[in-house]
Amino acid sequence: MKDQITVENLTHKYGNRCALDNVSFTVSRGEIFGLLGPNGSGKTTFFKILSTLMSPTSGSVSIFGHDLSIDAKAIRKLLGVVFQRPALDVKLTVTENLYHYGHLYGLKGKSLKHRISELLERFGISDRSHDLVEKLSGGLQRRVEITKAMLHSPQVLLLDEPSSGLDIGVRRQLSEYLNSLAETENMLVLLTTHLMDEAELCNRVGILDSGKFVALGTPDELKAQIGGDVVLIETEKGEELCSAIADRFEVAPILTDNYLRIECERGHEFVRDVVAAFSDDIQTVRFGKPTLEDVFIKLTGNPFV
Amino acid sequence: MISVLLPVTTIWRREIIRFYRQRSRLFSAIAQPLVFWILIGSGLSASFQPSGIAEKPGYIEYFYPGIVVLVLLFTAIFATISVVNERREGFLQGVIVAPVGRWGIVLGQALGGTTLAFMQGVLLLFLAPFIGIRFGITSLILTLGVMTLLAFGLTNLGLLIAWRMDSTQGFHAIMNLILIPIWLLSGALFPSAGAPSWLAWVMKLNPLTYGVAAFRRSLYFDTETTIGNMPMWTLSLLIISLFCFLTYLGATLTASAETN
Repeated sequence: MKDQITVENLTHKYGNRCALDNVSFTVSRGEIFGLLGPNGSGKTTFFKILSTLMSPTSGSVSIFGHDLSIDAKAIRKLLGVVFQRPALDVKLTVTENLYHYGHLYGLKGKSLKHRISELLERFGISDRSHDLVEKLSGGLQRRVEITKAMLHSPQVLLLDEPSSGLDIGVRRQLSEYLNSLAETENMLVLLTTHLMDEAELCNRVGILDSGKFVALGTPDELKAQIGGDVVLIETEKGEELCSAIADRFEVAPILTDNYLRIECERGHEFVRDVVAAFSDDIQTVRFGKPTLEDVFIKLTGNPFV
Repeated sequence: MISVLLPVTTIWRREIIRFYRQRSRLFSAIAQPLVFWILIGSGLSASFQPSGIAEKPGYIEYFYPGIVVLVLLFTAIFATISVVNERREGFLQGVIVAPVGRWGIVLGQALGGTTLAFMQGVLLLFLAPFIGIRFGITSLILTLGVMTLLAFGLTNLGLLIAWRMDSTQGFHAIMNLILIPIWLLSGALFPSAGAPSWLAWVMKLNPLTYGVAAFRRSLYFDTETTIGNMPMWTLSLLIISLFCFLTYLGATLTASAETN
C-alpha cells in the first residue's frame, strides 16, 4: 500500500537464535506506532531491519510501496532515523554535523542553511549551534539527533528508544512533538521503547516478547483485556500466599519474584478482604487500573525487565 | 553530477575537519616511524651497505623511502580504524542509512585518508635533503604522484579491513599479522637481493614491493641512481595502480555486503 508500512512474516535469526519470529503488522500515515518490549525481545533487530542497516532472514517489509529488499535506496530517502546512541560526530559542531547530513541527502546552499536554522529554532538549540557536540548533554545530543533526522523532511520517522536517558520534562516535549508530526504533518512515526509511559502515548502498540508479537492494538484495547482492576501484593511467602489466595478467593494470582499480581472486578473490596485475611504475610499492597506492564505479564507470565 | 559528488566531498571534508581537531594524531602517525628510522637506520648503517647507496649516509638513506611508506601506512590505518566504532555508534550509522551509494561513502573516506596520509608524507619529504637526496622538479612531481597512489591504495586496504571488523582489537590483530609484515617484506627494510629465495619470492608477490620501488625510483629519477634489483618503473606503476583499483573495489564491495 502506498501510505503504509507493511511487515509480513518477518523473521530474523542470529545463527540458531531466533530474534524475530514471524512478525506481521501494518502502520499507516498519521499514526504513532510503538514497539514495546523488554531488552532482548527483538526490538533492536527490528529497528535495524527497518532502518535498512540489516537484511532479515526471511519475510518482507514494504514502506510506502517500496520493497525493502529491492529498493533500499528509495526507502532511505523517505526515512528519518533517530538512533539511540546519536549518530553524530562529537568532534564537529552541531551546525557542522547538520550540514554534512544535509549534503548526504542532496540538500545544499541557502535552502539547507534556512532549513537548519528553522529546525534549530524549533528545537530550542540555536544558542548551542556552534558548540562541539561532545560538549552537549545527552538530552541535547538527542535533540540534535532528531533535528538531523528531520532535515530532509522525511515521510517516516523511526526512533530507537527515543526517550531513554532523557528527563521527564524533555520526554514530555518529545512526545508532544511526535504527536504534532503525526497529526498535523501526517507523518508515520514508528518507535521502539521499553518504557510503559512512552508506549501509552502511542496510537497503537505492538508488544514483543522473545521475538513474537504477544499483543497488538491501541493501549486502551490492550488494557481492556484485563477485566477491572489490578492488585499487586508484595510478600516474602510468595508461593504459599499464592495458593492460599487462589483457594480462598476466586482469582488467579501470577507470581513474579516477590510480587503477586491479581486481576479482579471489584478491586477495592478484594484489597479489603485480602488484607484482613493475610495481614501477616503481606508487606505492601498496590491497587490500580491495569497498565501495559500488567498486560505484558498476563500474556507472557514473565516479569517485564 | 554535482549531486553525486556532494556526499563524497562532504564525507571527505569531515575526515579533514576531524583530523584538524585531533592534531595529536599527526604525532602518533609520524613519531614511531621516525624513531624506527633513526634507531634502526643508525644501528644498521655500520653493518649493512646496500648497493647503489653512497657510503655516507648509507643505510639510513636506504631506509628513508621505507619510512615514508610506513608513515603512509600508519596514517591510513589510523584514519580507517574509526570506521569500526563509528558504524555502531557515531556518524557513520547515519551515513549508512542515507541514500548514498556505498561506492560514494568509501570514495569519500578513501579520499579523506589519502589527503591526510599525503600531507604527512610531504612533511617527511622535507627531511630528504638532509640525507643527500636532492630532487629536481620532475622527480618531485613523480614522487608526489606515487605518494598519492600509495596513500589511496593503503587507505582502501585499511577500509577493506575496517568495514569487515566488529572490534578494533580485530583490526589490531590484522595490522600486526598482515599489514606490518607486508611492509617489512616490501624492500622497505632490506632489498630482496640478499634474501633467501623463498623470501625473495614472497617479496616478489607482495604488491607493496612495487609501491616502494616506484617511490624509490621517483626519488632518484633526476639523479638516475639505481638501487639493487628493483622492479621496473612501468611494472611498478602498473601494479600500484591495479592495487589502488582492487582495494577500492574490495572496500566498496565489503561495505555493500556489510550494510545491505
